Amino acid sequence: MVQEIICIVCPRGCHLKVDPENDYEVTGNACPRGISYGKAELKNPTRVITSTVKIKGADLTRCPVKTNKAVPKAKMQEVMELINGVTLKAPVKVGDVIIERLLDTDASLVVCRDIG
Amino acid sequence: MQNIKEYQLIVIGGGPAGLAAALGAAKNGLNDILIVERDKYLGGILNQCIHNGFGLHYFKEELTGPEYSKRFIDLLPETSIAVALDTMALNLENSEDWRYVHVMSSADGYRILRSRAVILAMGCRERTRMNIQIPGTRAAGIFNAGQAQLYVNIEGYMVGKKVIILGSGDVGLIMARRMTLEGAEVVACVEVMPYPGGLNRNIVQCLQDFDIPLYLSHTITDIKGQNRVEQVTVQEVDQNGKPIAGTEIYYDVDTVLLSVGLIPENELSREAGVPLDPRTSGPIVYENKETLAQGIFACGNVLHVHDLVDFVTEEAESAGHAAACFVQSGGCVKQDGKIISLKTDSNIGYTVPQQIRIDDVEKAVRVFFRVRKIFKEPSRIVFRDQSKSEIASFKRLFMFPAEMENVNLPRQLLEKISGTELTVSVEE
Repeated sequence: MVQEIICIVCPRGCHLKVDPENDYEVTGNACPRGISYGKAELKNPTRVITSTVKIKGADLTRCPVKTNKAVPKAKMQEVMELINGVTLKAPVKVGDVIIERLLDTDASLVVCRDIG
Repeated sequence: MQNIKEYQLIVIGGGPAGLAAALGAAKNGLNDILIVERDKYLGGILNQCIHNGFGLHYFKEELTGPEYSKRFIDLLPETSIAVALDTMALNLENSEDWRYVHVMSSADGYRILRSRAVILAMGCRERTRMNIQIPGTRAAGIFNAGQAQLYVNIEGYMVGKKVIILGSGDVGLIMARRMTLEGAEVVACVEVMPYPGGLNRNIVQCLQDFDIPLYLSHTITDIKGQNRVEQVTVQEVDQNGKPIAGTEIYYDVDTVLLSVGLIPENELSREAGVPLDPRTSGPIVYENKETLAQGIFACGNVLHVHDLVDFVTEEAESAGHAAACFVQSGGCVKQDGKIISLKTDSNIGYTVPQQIRIDDVEKAVRVFFRVRKIFKEPSRIVFRDQSKSEIASFKRLFMFPAEMENVNLPRQLLEKISGTELTVSVEE
Protein backbone atom coordinates (compact mmCIF):
# COMPACT_ATOMS: atom_id res chain seq x y z
CA MET A 1 0.00 0.00 0.00
CA VAL A 2 1.26 3.48 -0.85
CA GLN A 3 2.35 5.30 2.29
CA GLU A 4 2.25 9.03 2.78
CA ILE A 5 5.12 10.50 4.76
CA ILE A 6 6.53 13.95 5.32
CA CYS A 7 10.12 14.42 4.22
CA ILE A 8 12.32 15.68 7.06
CA VAL A 9 15.52 16.21 5.07
CA CYS A 10 14.97 19.95 4.98
CA PRO A 11 12.43 22.41 6.45
CA ARG A 12 10.42 22.44 3.23
CA GLY A 13 8.70 19.25 4.45
CA CYS A 14 7.55 17.71 1.15
CA HIS A 15 4.58 15.35 1.33
CA LEU A 16 6.01 12.15 -0.15
CA LYS A 17 4.15 9.10 -1.40
CA VAL A 18 6.17 5.87 -1.22
CA ASP A 19 5.01 2.64 -2.87
CA PRO A 20 6.63 -0.46 -1.29
CA GLU A 21 5.04 -2.70 -3.96
CA ASN A 22 6.67 -0.76 -6.77
CA ASP A 23 10.33 -0.85 -5.68
CA TYR A 24 9.65 1.90 -3.11
CA GLU A 25 8.91 4.46 -5.83
CA VAL A 26 8.83 7.98 -4.35
CA THR A 27 6.62 10.79 -5.68
CA GLY A 28 5.84 14.27 -4.35
CA ASN A 29 9.50 15.10 -3.74
CA ALA A 30 10.99 18.45 -4.76
CA CYS A 31 14.61 17.25 -4.84
CA PRO A 32 16.59 13.99 -5.19
CA ARG A 33 17.22 13.82 -1.45
CA GLY A 34 13.50 13.18 -0.99
CA ILE A 35 13.82 9.94 -2.99
CA SER A 36 16.58 8.52 -0.83
CA TYR A 37 14.83 9.67 2.35
CA GLY A 38 11.49 8.17 1.28
CA LYS A 39 13.07 4.79 0.45
CA ALA A 40 15.17 4.69 3.62
CA GLU A 41 12.30 5.78 5.86
CA LEU A 42 10.28 2.71 4.91
CA LYS A 43 13.17 0.23 4.65
CA ASN A 44 15.54 1.28 7.44
CA PRO A 45 14.72 4.61 9.11
CA THR A 46 17.71 6.53 10.52
CA ARG A 47 18.18 9.73 12.53
CA VAL A 48 21.05 11.99 13.53
CA ILE A 49 21.14 12.13 17.35
CA THR A 50 22.13 15.32 19.14
CA SER A 51 22.62 15.63 22.88
CA THR A 52 25.05 16.98 25.48
CA VAL A 53 27.83 15.42 27.55
CA LYS A 54 29.48 16.54 30.78
CA ILE A 55 32.67 18.55 30.47
CA LYS A 56 35.25 19.37 33.17
CA GLY A 57 37.80 22.16 33.26
CA ALA A 58 35.76 24.96 31.65
CA ASP A 59 33.20 27.62 32.61
CA LEU A 60 30.57 25.62 30.80
CA THR A 61 29.55 22.27 32.30
CA ARG A 62 27.85 20.73 29.27
CA CYS A 63 29.17 20.24 25.74
CA PRO A 64 26.83 19.68 22.76
CA VAL A 65 27.52 16.54 20.68
CA LYS A 66 26.04 14.77 17.67
CA THR A 67 26.38 11.61 15.62
CA ASN A 68 28.19 12.69 12.47
CA LYS A 69 25.98 10.34 10.42
CA ALA A 70 22.45 9.12 10.91
CA VAL A 71 22.10 5.98 13.02
CA PRO A 72 19.26 3.42 12.86
CA LYS A 73 16.18 4.77 14.63
CA ALA A 74 15.90 1.57 16.64
CA LYS A 75 19.31 2.22 18.22
CA MET A 76 18.53 5.76 19.47
CA GLN A 77 18.05 4.76 23.11
CA GLU A 78 21.24 2.69 23.15
CA VAL A 79 23.22 5.57 21.69
CA MET A 80 21.80 7.90 24.36
CA GLU A 81 23.02 5.51 27.07
CA LEU A 82 26.54 5.66 25.61
CA ILE A 83 26.38 9.47 25.42
CA ASN A 84 25.27 9.70 29.05
CA GLY A 85 28.39 7.84 30.17
CA VAL A 86 30.81 10.38 28.62
CA THR A 87 32.74 13.07 30.53
CA LEU A 88 35.04 15.30 28.46
CA LYS A 89 37.97 17.38 29.60
CA ALA A 90 38.36 20.91 28.18
CA PRO A 91 39.63 22.11 25.77
CA VAL A 92 37.62 20.52 22.98
CA LYS A 93 37.09 21.63 19.37
CA VAL A 94 34.18 21.20 16.97
CA GLY A 95 34.59 17.88 15.16
CA ASP A 96 36.69 16.17 17.85
CA VAL A 97 35.73 12.48 17.81
CA ILE A 98 34.48 11.21 21.19
CA ILE A 99 33.36 7.67 20.30
CA GLU A 100 34.24 6.05 16.98
CA ARG A 101 31.93 3.62 15.20
CA LEU A 102 29.01 3.89 17.62
CA LEU A 103 27.47 0.44 18.16
CA ASP A 104 29.21 -0.85 15.03
CA THR A 105 27.56 1.72 12.77
CA ASP A 106 29.71 3.97 10.55
CA ALA A 107 28.72 6.98 12.69
CA SER A 108 30.94 8.62 15.30
CA LEU A 109 30.02 10.86 18.22
CA VAL A 110 31.60 14.30 17.69
CA VAL A 111 31.90 17.62 19.56
CA CYS A 112 29.70 20.52 18.31
CA ARG A 113 31.14 23.50 20.20
CA ASP A 114 34.64 24.85 20.92
CA ILE A 115 34.98 24.89 24.72
CA GLY A 116 37.98 25.98 26.78
CA MET B 1 30.51 64.78 30.83
CA GLN B 2 32.29 61.50 30.43
CA ASN B 3 34.17 60.59 27.30
CA ILE B 4 31.78 59.15 24.74
CA LYS B 5 33.34 56.37 22.70
CA GLU B 6 32.49 56.60 19.00
CA TYR B 7 31.92 53.93 16.36
CA GLN B 8 30.72 53.89 12.77
CA LEU B 9 28.23 51.17 13.63
CA ILE B 10 26.96 49.53 16.82
CA VAL B 11 25.15 46.20 16.48
CA ILE B 12 22.96 45.39 19.47
CA GLY B 13 22.91 41.61 19.94
CA GLY B 14 25.53 38.97 19.13
CA GLY B 15 23.27 36.14 17.97
CA PRO B 16 22.94 34.96 14.37
CA ALA B 17 21.41 38.26 13.23
CA GLY B 18 23.97 40.50 14.94
CA LEU B 19 26.92 38.41 13.75
CA ALA B 20 25.82 38.37 10.10
CA ALA B 21 24.88 42.06 10.23
CA ALA B 22 28.29 43.09 11.59
CA LEU B 23 30.08 40.88 9.06
CA GLY B 24 27.90 42.27 6.26
CA ALA B 25 28.78 45.83 7.24
CA ALA B 26 32.51 44.98 7.49
CA LYS B 27 32.42 43.35 4.07
CA ASN B 28 30.97 46.56 2.67
CA GLY B 29 33.74 48.76 3.96
CA LEU B 30 33.13 49.65 7.60
CA ASN B 31 36.13 49.14 9.86
CA ASP B 32 34.87 50.51 13.15
CA ILE B 33 32.06 48.24 14.32
CA LEU B 34 31.05 47.15 17.82
CA ILE B 35 28.81 44.20 18.72
CA VAL B 36 27.15 44.55 22.13
CA GLU B 37 26.14 41.18 23.63
CA ARG B 38 24.60 40.65 27.06
CA ASP B 39 25.69 36.99 27.38
CA LYS B 40 29.26 35.84 28.09
CA TYR B 41 29.39 34.17 24.68
CA LEU B 42 28.47 35.09 21.12
CA GLY B 43 25.93 32.94 19.29
CA GLY B 44 22.69 33.92 21.03
CA ILE B 45 19.92 31.35 21.15
CA LEU B 46 21.88 29.03 18.84
CA ASN B 47 24.08 27.99 21.77
CA GLN B 48 21.17 26.15 23.36
CA CYS B 49 19.76 24.88 20.06
CA ILE B 50 21.92 21.76 20.02
CA HIS B 51 19.66 19.96 17.52
CA ASN B 52 20.57 19.84 13.86
CA GLY B 53 18.91 21.24 10.76
CA PHE B 54 20.50 24.68 10.65
CA GLY B 55 22.25 25.87 7.51
CA LEU B 56 20.55 23.75 4.86
CA HIS B 57 19.80 26.82 2.73
CA TYR B 58 22.82 28.95 3.53
CA PHE B 59 25.62 26.40 3.79
CA LYS B 60 23.88 23.52 1.96
CA GLU B 61 24.66 21.26 4.90
CA GLU B 62 23.00 20.34 8.12
CA LEU B 63 24.55 21.85 11.25
CA THR B 64 23.69 22.10 14.93
CA GLY B 65 23.07 25.57 16.41
CA PRO B 66 26.55 25.97 17.95
CA GLU B 67 28.20 24.79 14.73
CA TYR B 68 26.18 27.30 12.69
CA SER B 69 27.13 30.27 14.86
CA LYS B 70 30.80 29.17 14.94
CA ARG B 71 30.92 29.63 11.14
CA PHE B 72 30.37 33.35 11.73
CA ILE B 73 32.26 33.78 15.01
CA ASP B 74 35.34 32.28 13.32
CA LEU B 75 35.27 35.05 10.70
CA LEU B 76 35.49 37.86 13.26
CA PRO B 77 39.30 37.78 13.80
CA GLU B 78 39.79 38.53 10.08
CA THR B 79 37.82 41.75 10.52
CA SER B 80 38.21 44.76 12.80
CA ILE B 81 34.85 44.09 14.48
CA ALA B 82 35.03 44.67 18.24
CA VAL B 83 32.87 42.67 20.64
CA ALA B 84 31.64 43.77 24.10
CA LEU B 85 30.48 40.61 25.92
CA ASP B 86 28.58 40.48 29.20
CA THR B 87 27.35 43.96 28.30
CA MET B 88 23.70 45.03 28.43
CA ALA B 89 22.33 47.78 26.21
CA LEU B 90 20.07 49.80 28.51
CA ASN B 91 18.87 52.60 26.35
CA LEU B 92 18.99 53.86 22.78
CA GLU B 93 18.59 57.49 21.78
CA ASN B 94 18.33 58.84 18.27
CA SER B 95 19.48 62.27 17.09
CA GLU B 96 20.19 63.81 13.70
CA ASP B 97 23.83 62.76 13.39
CA TRP B 98 24.39 60.18 16.13
CA ARG B 99 22.74 57.17 17.72
CA TYR B 100 23.54 56.99 21.48
CA VAL B 101 23.70 53.54 23.11
CA HIS B 102 23.80 53.37 26.92
CA VAL B 103 25.47 50.15 28.06
CA MET B 104 26.31 48.48 31.37
CA SER B 105 28.83 45.77 32.19
CA SER B 106 30.58 44.55 35.33
CA ALA B 107 33.95 45.15 33.67
CA ASP B 108 33.40 48.76 32.55
CA GLY B 109 30.36 49.92 34.50
CA TYR B 110 27.92 52.35 32.90
CA ARG B 111 29.02 53.86 29.61
CA ILE B 112 27.52 55.90 26.80
CA LEU B 113 28.61 54.96 23.29
CA ARG B 114 27.61 56.58 20.05
CA SER B 115 27.64 55.60 16.42
CA ARG B 116 26.51 56.85 13.02
CA ALA B 117 24.27 53.80 12.55
CA VAL B 118 22.76 51.15 14.82
CA ILE B 119 21.55 47.70 13.84
CA LEU B 120 18.90 46.24 16.13
CA ALA B 121 19.50 42.49 16.49
CA MET B 122 18.10 41.76 19.95
CA GLY B 123 16.05 38.72 18.93
CA CYS B 124 12.85 37.71 20.67
CA ARG B 125 11.63 36.23 23.93
CA GLU B 126 9.02 33.69 24.85
CA ARG B 127 5.42 34.37 25.73
CA THR B 128 4.73 33.17 29.25
CA ARG B 129 1.89 31.67 31.27
CA MET B 130 0.87 35.24 32.18
CA ASN B 131 0.48 36.12 28.50
CA ILE B 132 -2.05 33.36 27.93
CA GLN B 133 -3.75 33.33 31.34
CA ILE B 134 -3.90 29.61 32.21
CA PRO B 135 -5.98 29.15 35.38
CA GLY B 136 -4.70 27.07 38.27
CA THR B 137 -2.22 27.10 41.11
CA ARG B 138 1.22 28.66 41.01
CA ALA B 139 3.06 25.39 41.50
CA ALA B 140 6.69 24.83 40.53
CA GLY B 141 7.30 22.89 37.33
CA ILE B 142 5.87 25.32 34.77
CA PHE B 143 8.54 26.43 32.33
CA ASN B 144 8.79 28.13 28.99
CA ALA B 145 10.13 25.57 26.52
CA GLY B 146 13.17 27.70 25.67
CA GLN B 147 13.88 28.26 29.35
CA ALA B 148 13.79 24.48 29.89
CA GLN B 149 16.07 24.11 26.86
CA LEU B 150 18.61 26.40 28.55
CA TYR B 151 18.45 24.42 31.81
CA VAL B 152 18.83 21.05 30.07
CA ASN B 153 21.30 21.85 27.28
CA ILE B 154 23.53 24.52 28.84
CA GLU B 155 23.19 24.07 32.61
CA GLY B 156 22.70 20.29 32.58
CA TYR B 157 19.59 20.15 34.79
CA MET B 158 16.57 18.02 33.95
CA VAL B 159 13.41 20.02 34.54
CA GLY B 160 10.96 17.16 35.13
CA LYS B 161 10.04 13.50 34.79
CA LYS B 162 6.52 13.50 33.39
CA VAL B 163 5.85 16.32 31.00
CA ILE B 164 3.00 17.87 29.03
CA ILE B 165 3.69 20.48 26.37
CA LEU B 166 1.29 23.33 25.62
CA GLY B 167 1.74 24.81 22.17
CA SER B 168 3.23 23.16 19.12
CA GLY B 169 5.80 25.81 18.24
CA ASP B 170 9.16 24.51 17.11
CA VAL B 171 10.84 25.01 20.49
CA GLY B 172 8.12 22.95 22.18
CA LEU B 173 8.43 20.14 19.64
CA ILE B 174 12.22 20.09 19.89
CA MET B 175 11.93 19.92 23.69
CA ALA B 176 9.44 17.02 23.46
CA ARG B 177 12.16 14.98 21.76
CA ARG B 178 14.92 16.28 23.99
CA MET B 179 13.09 15.44 27.24
CA THR B 180 12.19 11.98 25.90
CA LEU B 181 15.79 11.21 24.90
CA GLU B 182 16.93 12.29 28.37
CA GLY B 183 14.55 9.83 29.99
CA ALA B 184 11.43 11.87 30.75
CA GLU B 185 7.96 10.77 29.70
CA VAL B 186 6.19 13.31 27.47
CA VAL B 187 2.48 12.48 27.68
CA ALA B 188 1.12 14.86 25.03
CA CYS B 189 1.54 18.03 23.04
CA VAL B 190 -1.55 20.24 23.10
CA GLU B 191 -2.26 22.97 20.51
CA VAL B 192 -5.17 25.40 20.72
CA MET B 193 -5.19 26.13 16.97
CA PRO B 194 -6.58 23.58 14.48
CA TYR B 195 -3.11 23.36 12.87
CA PRO B 196 0.41 22.82 14.28
CA GLY B 197 2.52 25.86 15.12
CA GLY B 198 5.84 24.26 14.20
CA LEU B 199 7.45 22.89 11.05
CA ASN B 200 6.16 19.61 9.62
CA ARG B 201 9.53 17.97 9.91
CA ASN B 202 9.52 18.62 13.65
CA ILE B 203 6.06 17.07 14.04
CA VAL B 204 7.51 13.95 12.41
CA GLN B 205 10.90 13.66 14.04
CA CYS B 206 10.04 15.05 17.48
CA LEU B 207 6.51 13.73 18.14
CA GLN B 208 5.72 10.85 15.75
CA ASP B 209 9.14 9.23 16.23
CA PHE B 210 8.38 8.88 19.93
CA ASP B 211 4.62 8.19 19.68
CA ILE B 212 3.80 11.46 21.47
CA PRO B 213 0.17 12.39 20.68
CA LEU B 214 -0.59 15.86 19.29
CA TYR B 215 -4.00 17.24 20.24
CA LEU B 216 -5.06 20.04 17.88
CA SER B 217 -7.88 22.41 18.94
CA HIS B 218 -7.15 21.55 22.59
CA THR B 219 -5.75 23.59 25.45
CA ILE B 220 -4.85 23.35 29.12
CA THR B 221 -7.70 24.70 31.23
CA ASP B 222 -6.41 23.96 34.73
CA ILE B 223 -3.15 23.26 36.54
CA LYS B 224 -3.29 21.65 39.99
CA GLY B 225 -0.54 21.15 42.56
CA GLN B 226 0.53 22.55 45.91
CA ASN B 227 4.32 22.80 45.66
CA ARG B 228 4.96 21.03 42.38
CA VAL B 229 2.60 20.54 39.43
CA GLU B 230 0.49 17.41 40.06
CA GLN B 231 -2.24 17.39 37.45
CA VAL B 232 -3.37 19.34 34.38
CA THR B 233 -6.74 19.40 32.69
CA VAL B 234 -6.85 19.42 28.89
CA GLN B 235 -10.02 20.34 27.01
CA GLU B 236 -11.07 20.55 23.40
CA VAL B 237 -11.95 24.06 22.23
CA ASP B 238 -14.63 25.16 19.78
CA GLN B 239 -14.14 27.37 16.71
CA ASN B 240 -14.00 30.45 18.93
CA GLY B 241 -11.34 28.93 21.16
CA LYS B 242 -13.84 28.30 24.01
CA PRO B 243 -13.34 25.08 26.02
CA ILE B 244 -16.07 22.48 25.39
CA ALA B 245 -17.60 21.01 28.57
CA GLY B 246 -17.39 17.23 28.82
CA THR B 247 -14.15 16.91 26.82
CA GLU B 248 -11.84 17.03 29.85
CA ILE B 249 -8.76 14.81 29.86
CA TYR B 250 -6.71 14.68 33.08
CA TYR B 251 -2.96 14.12 33.04
CA ASP B 252 -0.91 13.42 36.16
CA VAL B 253 2.31 15.26 35.29
CA ASP B 254 4.99 17.12 37.24
CA THR B 255 6.00 19.51 34.47
CA VAL B 256 4.31 21.83 31.97
CA LEU B 257 6.36 23.27 29.10
CA LEU B 258 4.91 26.29 27.29
CA SER B 259 5.65 26.89 23.63
CA VAL B 260 3.06 29.54 22.99
CA GLY B 261 4.76 32.05 20.78
CA LEU B 262 7.63 34.49 20.64
CA ILE B 263 7.67 38.27 21.00
CA PRO B 264 10.33 40.42 19.31
CA GLU B 265 12.24 42.20 22.07
CA ASN B 266 11.78 45.87 21.15
CA GLU B 267 12.07 47.86 24.39
CA LEU B 268 15.17 49.64 23.05
CA SER B 269 13.48 50.33 19.72
CA ARG B 270 10.54 51.97 21.53
CA GLU B 271 12.88 54.10 23.64
CA ALA B 272 14.50 55.37 20.46
CA GLY B 273 11.13 56.20 18.90
CA VAL B 274 11.33 53.53 16.20
CA PRO B 275 7.79 53.02 14.83
CA LEU B 276 6.64 49.40 15.26
CA ASP B 277 4.21 47.28 13.27
CA PRO B 278 1.56 45.81 15.62
CA ARG B 279 1.29 42.75 13.36
CA THR B 280 4.95 41.71 13.70
CA SER B 281 5.66 43.51 17.01
CA GLY B 282 8.85 44.55 15.23
CA PRO B 283 9.95 47.77 13.54
CA ILE B 284 8.39 48.87 10.26
CA VAL B 285 11.19 48.63 7.70
CA TYR B 286 12.01 49.63 4.15
CA GLU B 287 13.39 47.23 1.53
CA ASN B 288 16.92 47.55 2.99
CA LYS B 289 15.85 46.83 6.60
CA GLU B 290 16.15 50.49 7.58
CA THR B 291 13.52 51.45 10.13
CA LEU B 292 11.52 54.66 9.87
CA ALA B 293 13.97 56.16 12.38
CA GLN B 294 16.97 57.48 10.49
CA GLY B 295 20.18 55.46 10.87
CA ILE B 296 18.56 52.57 12.73
CA PHE B 297 18.28 49.21 10.98
CA ALA B 298 16.73 45.94 12.17
CA CYS B 299 17.12 42.26 11.32
CA GLY B 300 16.42 38.78 12.65
CA ASN B 301 13.80 37.91 15.24
CA VAL B 302 13.61 41.45 16.60
CA LEU B 303 12.16 42.42 13.21
CA HIS B 304 9.80 39.44 12.80
CA VAL B 305 9.94 35.91 14.20
CA HIS B 306 11.61 33.55 11.74
CA ASP B 307 11.41 29.78 11.59
CA LEU B 308 14.74 29.33 9.79
CA VAL B 309 18.02 30.91 10.87
CA ASP B 310 19.25 30.80 7.27
CA PHE B 311 16.80 33.56 6.38
CA VAL B 312 17.90 35.53 9.45
CA THR B 313 21.45 35.43 8.14
CA GLU B 314 20.48 36.68 4.69
CA GLU B 315 18.30 39.42 6.14
CA ALA B 316 21.06 40.51 8.53
CA GLU B 317 23.70 40.63 5.81
CA SER B 318 21.53 42.96 3.78
CA ALA B 319 20.90 45.13 6.86
CA GLY B 320 24.68 45.26 7.37
CA HIS B 321 25.18 46.30 3.78
CA ALA B 322 22.55 49.03 4.06
CA ALA B 323 24.00 50.33 7.33
CA ALA B 324 27.43 50.54 5.68
CA CYS B 325 25.92 52.58 2.82
CA PHE B 326 24.27 54.88 5.33
CA VAL B 327 27.49 55.50 7.26
CA GLN B 328 29.56 56.07 4.13
CA SER B 329 27.22 58.27 2.15
CA GLY B 330 24.26 59.13 4.34
CA GLY B 331 22.26 56.35 2.69
CA CYS B 332 22.15 54.86 -0.78
CA VAL B 333 18.61 56.00 -1.36
CA LYS B 334 17.27 59.13 -3.00
CA GLN B 335 14.99 60.68 -0.41
CA ASP B 336 12.39 62.03 -2.84
CA GLY B 337 11.69 58.83 -4.78
CA LYS B 338 8.47 56.89 -4.83
CA ILE B 339 7.62 54.81 -1.74
CA ILE B 340 5.23 51.87 -2.04
CA SER B 341 3.31 50.65 1.01
CA LEU B 342 2.58 46.93 1.14
CA LYS B 343 -0.91 46.09 2.40
CA THR B 344 -2.33 42.64 3.13
CA ASP B 345 -5.71 40.97 2.80
CA SER B 346 -7.19 38.91 5.65
CA ASN B 347 -5.37 35.74 4.53
CA ILE B 348 -1.95 37.25 5.13
CA GLY B 349 -0.64 38.18 8.56
CA TYR B 350 2.02 40.69 7.62
CA THR B 351 4.81 41.50 5.18
CA VAL B 352 8.44 42.42 5.72
CA PRO B 353 9.41 44.89 4.37
CA GLN B 354 6.30 46.99 4.89
CA GLN B 355 7.55 49.78 2.58
CA ILE B 356 9.56 49.72 -0.61
CA ARG B 357 11.55 52.65 -2.05
CA ILE B 358 11.75 51.73 -5.70
CA ASP B 359 14.96 53.71 -6.25
CA ASP B 360 16.71 51.44 -3.75
CA VAL B 361 15.70 48.19 -5.48
CA GLU B 362 18.52 47.01 -7.67
CA LYS B 363 16.98 44.03 -9.48
CA ALA B 364 14.32 42.70 -7.13
CA VAL B 365 13.12 42.92 -3.55
CA ARG B 366 12.41 39.82 -1.50
CA VAL B 367 9.14 40.07 0.45
CA PHE B 368 8.59 37.78 3.44
CA PHE B 369 5.13 37.03 4.83
CA ARG B 370 3.03 34.50 6.70
CA VAL B 371 -0.41 33.19 5.76
CA ARG B 372 -3.04 33.11 8.51
CA LYS B 373 -4.63 29.76 7.69
CA ILE B 374 -3.71 26.50 5.99
CA PHE B 375 -3.96 26.42 2.18
CA LYS B 376 -3.98 22.76 1.17
CA GLU B 377 -5.01 23.30 -2.43
CA PRO B 378 -2.87 25.06 -5.03
CA SER B 379 -3.34 28.81 -4.71
CA ARG B 380 -1.87 32.08 -5.96
CA ILE B 381 -0.16 34.87 -4.07
CA VAL B 382 -1.30 37.99 -5.90
CA PHE B 383 0.02 41.56 -5.76
CA ARG B 384 -2.43 44.24 -6.94
CA ASP B 385 -2.01 48.00 -7.10
CA GLN B 386 -4.61 50.63 -6.25
CA SER B 387 -6.27 50.31 -9.65
CA LYS B 388 -6.72 46.57 -8.79
CA SER B 389 -4.52 45.51 -11.69
CA GLU B 390 -2.45 42.43 -11.08
CA ILE B 391 1.22 43.34 -10.81
CA ALA B 392 2.60 39.90 -10.01
CA SER B 393 1.40 36.47 -8.96
CA PHE B 394 3.15 33.41 -7.59
CA LYS B 395 1.84 29.83 -7.43
CA ARG B 396 2.03 27.68 -4.32
CA LEU B 397 0.95 24.03 -3.96
CA PHE B 398 0.24 24.51 -0.25
CA MET B 399 0.97 27.07 2.48
CA PHE B 400 1.05 26.82 6.27
CA PRO B 401 1.02 29.60 8.87
CA ALA B 402 3.99 27.91 10.56
CA GLU B 403 6.17 28.33 7.49
CA MET B 404 7.29 31.76 6.41
CA GLU B 405 6.83 32.39 2.69
CA ASN B 406 8.82 34.69 0.46
CA VAL B 407 8.62 35.97 -3.09
CA ASN B 408 10.90 38.10 -5.23
CA LEU B 409 9.33 41.24 -6.71
CA PRO B 410 11.36 42.45 -9.72
CA ARG B 411 11.98 46.18 -9.97
CA GLN B 412 10.54 46.36 -13.48
CA LEU B 413 7.17 45.20 -12.13
CA LEU B 414 7.29 47.71 -9.26
CA GLU B 415 7.83 50.51 -11.79
CA LYS B 416 4.47 49.68 -13.43
CA ILE B 417 2.47 50.32 -10.28
CA SER B 418 -0.09 53.10 -10.32
CA GLY B 419 -0.56 54.76 -6.94
CA THR B 420 1.56 54.08 -3.87
CA GLU B 421 -0.09 50.95 -2.47
CA LEU B 422 0.40 47.31 -3.30
CA THR B 423 -1.94 44.75 -1.73
CA VAL B 424 -0.88 41.15 -1.23
CA SER B 425 -3.61 38.52 -1.18
CA VAL B 426 -4.09 34.78 -1.55
CA GLU B 427 -6.50 33.67 -4.26
CA GLU B 428 -7.63 30.03 -4.16
